[in-house]
Amino acid sequence: MSQTEISAPTVSYDLPNGPGAAAILSAGIGAFALAVFAIAGDKIAWFQKMMVFYKPTGPLSGVTTSAIVVWLVAWGVLEGWWRNREVSLGRIGAVALTLLLLSLLLTFPPLADLF
Amino acid sequence: MEMTARGLWTLIHGMGFGGLYLLACSGAIVELWRRYSPSAVASITAGDEIFFRVYLVAMAALAWLAVLSGAYVVYPWYRAVPPLGTADLHAFPQRLLMSSPSTVAWHSLGMEWKEHVAWLAPISISMAAAVFIRYGRRLRNHPQLRNTVLCFLFASLVAAGVAGSFGAEIDDHAPVQGGQILHLVHGGKP
Repeated sequence: MSQTEISAPTVSYDLPNGPGAAAILSAGIGAFALAVFAIAGDKIAWFQKMMVFYKPTGPLSGVTTSAIVVWLVAWGVLEGWWRNREVSLGRIGAVALTLLLLSLLLTFPPLADLF
Repeated sequence: MEMTARGLWTLIHGMGFGGLYLLACSGAIVELWRRYSPSAVASITAGDEIFFRVYLVAMAALAWLAVLSGAYVVYPWYRAVPPLGTADLHAFPQRLLMSSPSTVAWHSLGMEWKEHVAWLAPISISMAAAVFIRYGRRLRNHPQLRNTVLCFLFASLVAAGVAGSFGAEIDDHAPVQGGQILHLVHGGKP
């Protein structure tokens, strides 16, 4: 078998799962931040005004840009913590997926209007 | 055959970037599900790995282009405010939708959801691309990581699907039009 092929899964973990967990959890955090900023931008007048980064696009510009910043900062911080570590991926994955599911639900206007 | 510059941008945003992303999404899910399962027996060559890396990066680029062109090119035309006393609202899609009880929900529910949920797609696919670039074929050794990335990919498909479906319907009820007229084909006699 050539060196560029594998024919079956191996049990050795040649890379720690920390960097993957950092990417996953930060994506969940970023998605959730997007939903929270979207709701706040809709409900709180001063926040809505603050979120206008680009006038023709309105508050959407600030809501999305801020969520992206939160996502990337969270990614950087978690990557720094977990770069060379094995972490509890089951728990971290569950948290990330919960945040992602919440963001899908909370961006749905009838649910967002409950707040 | 003519089309307006704004109509062309809407087409590029929706059918170009967004449509291609949706098409590619199912391919990525199948590939990650089938080839990178811990129980998969088929070998993964370096070529396969490079192909999938490029595929995911291209998907991430499509997703970002879709949301950025939507938010910063098309959306400002959609939400433009008409001058006071304007009777014909066809150049102001948001106000046109809001002017009738039969169409207002396309804005209050459709656009309000679409403009936010769409951004989950580039976040998810960028994460998936970054994880794959880092782990590649070694994802087979990290089934939990692979499964979670798969869930994010599926969520990005749902998010892009919601955005695309509402976008198509909104454009059907109140198309973004205006700008320079582009003559695509000079027709003959009717």
